Amino acid sequence: MAQAAAVAKPPTPPRRRRASATPRRLPYLLIAPAALLMLGFIAYPVIGVFYYSLQEYNPTKPWRNGFAGLDNFVHAFTEDPLFWDTLVFSAKWVFVEVGLQLLFGLALALIVNQTFVGRALGRALVFSPWAVSGVLTSAIWVLLYNSQTGITRYLADAGIGSYGTSWLSDTSTVFPAAIVADLWRGVPFFAILILADLQSVSKDLYEAAEVDGASRIKQFWHITLPHLKDAIVLSTLLRAVWEFNNVDLLYTLTGGGPAGVTTTLPLYIANTSVDAHNFGYASALTTVAFVILLFCSVVYLRLSKFGGEDK
Amino acid sequence: MHTTPEPPRPAKRHRNWDEVPRWQIYLPLGIYLLFTLIPFYWILLFSLRPAGSTSLVPWPMTFDHFEKVWTERSFGTYFQNSVLVGVVTLLMTTLVALAGGYALARFNFRIKRAFMLGLLCSQFVPGALLLVPLFEIFAELQMINSLGSVIIAETVFQLPLSMILISNFIKNVPYSLEEAAWVDGCNRMTAFRIVVLPLLRPGLIAVGSFAFVHSWNHFLFALMFLNNQEKQTIPVGLNTLMGADSVDLGALAAGGIIAAVPVVIVFAFIQKWLITGFSAGAVKG
Repeated sequence: MAQAAAVAKPPTPPRRRRASATPRRLPYLLIAPAALLMLGFIAYPVIGVFYYSLQEYNPTKPWRNGFAGLDNFVHAFTEDPLFWDTLVFSAKWVFVEVGLQLLFGLALALIVNQTFVGRALGRALVFSPWAVSGVLTSAIWVLLYNSQTGITRYLADAGIGSYGTSWLSDTSTVFPAAIVADLWRGVPFFAILILADLQSVSKDLYEAAEVDGASRIKQFWHITLPHLKDAIVLSTLLRAVWEFNNVDLLYTLTGGGPAGVTTTLPLYIANTSVDAHNFGYASALTTVAFVILLFCSVVYLRLSKFGGEDK
Repeated sequence: MHTTPEPPRPAKRHRNWDEVPRWQIYLPLGIYLLFTLIPFYWILLFSLRPAGSTSLVPWPMTFDHFEKVWTERSFGTYFQNSVLVGVVTLLMTTLVALAGGYALARFNFRIKRAFMLGLLCSQFVPGALLLVPLFEIFAELQMINSLGSVIIAETVFQLPLSMILISNFIKNVPYSLEEAAWVDGCNRMTAFRIVVLPLLRPGLIAVGSFAFVHSWNHFLFALMFLNNQEKQTIPVGLNTLMGADSVDLGALAAGGIIAAVPVVIVFAFIQKWLITGFSAGAVKG
């Protein structure tokens, strides 16, 4: 588009334009606020985390504070079973959650991309949980799962299950229960992103495929899916990172329980720092989490050949 | 419109894609709609029916829970705080991201690649995990217990994605339009305001509403940086309603409704722009 515009425009002398309207410093001035904010409140704290990860740092035990070398990391990898448990649970959580979100989100996007009566209303309704997140989702599902007055009670009234069961406090049901609650708000988000990209698929392609006699399933595999690939790769990655990092939902829905079975690594870190004040150790865990995320993302982008031929 | 499935006629074959059998749309959509709406109905039900009732319709209806939450549980104050945080975050994010996005879309400058890399990397930085160093920074700035700390934190974590989105929106506005305005004697600022800004409206609405909804819903920053109950925001208020041993379900439901109303209203208005906004500016740069 830029080249096309450059060709089409009348030949204005570029030198005069640069002198009058584009001082050298302008782009720097424009990004300055964003850059300063991000340096001060992301980059600087990140450096702080790396620094603390090498320290023994606990305000409640000041006599032990000081340089600790790699002790925190050694402790995490060799002596702390909780670290491994939470890491495994994080992987399980992200994998199941994002996989299901992608599957249902794609299906939902394909459905509401069709033309049908009531489409606008249907879209608005099925997308609405997107606006609701974290704590509110928890509040809603705490009400639904409540052992006294939640759906289990009405199911028991109907002869299914037993009274007084709470899916959130039983180690065997808490995982699916939390997954369903998170799907409720996650699927619409995925669907919105995929729908946005679906709308840019050229109709001509389908018409051509139609003429060639391709079935709808074939069209989906050979036209829709390849077109969506980059959007799917990127939104899956972003979503996975967010699902991994986000602690709002599990913090308020299960508090990491029962018996710690729904504690993700970030939740464990939050508990270690906010409740136990073990900032040094929490920073080491954060560093590990950051490295794992970065590594997985790079591998993922490589494997999925993101971006393909363009650029 | 077409309620009866039509037999495949060669003349209409090319429109086949648009004519998926109706039941294949309405059945799954209906099921999904139930999944979406039952939780909403549930919270509405609990907020409107008297405590102790097990009726599945909110009748007789009572607004006691709302009154109680609004006054006794300080949701009135929380609401004001949340509105303030949401609106200021929206304005700051949009303004700062607009400036930065314009620079990224229209200029080549030396640190551009490094800056873009920084934006991408920041996506991997978990906000929740920076709580402690951020707390120390805000303590140093004497901003603990001031809404400013939450506003800054929310803005900063919204910025990277907002800036990428806005710069993509700007790239979609032909540069020649701006150049034409310069030729007509506008300076860069005026040209931007008159020519580019109106075309950016859907994108700005999408980005701004994203910022608002995120800061409205986000929980940990407020929990961490605001110790004074008078300064708390809605999600923290909701969490305190959940945390108690004997959960007051009516109050929790009413609090949830209060928390949901602004975002649902925002969402209803922006839905249309959101999708066009995303398809114009999202994932493909």
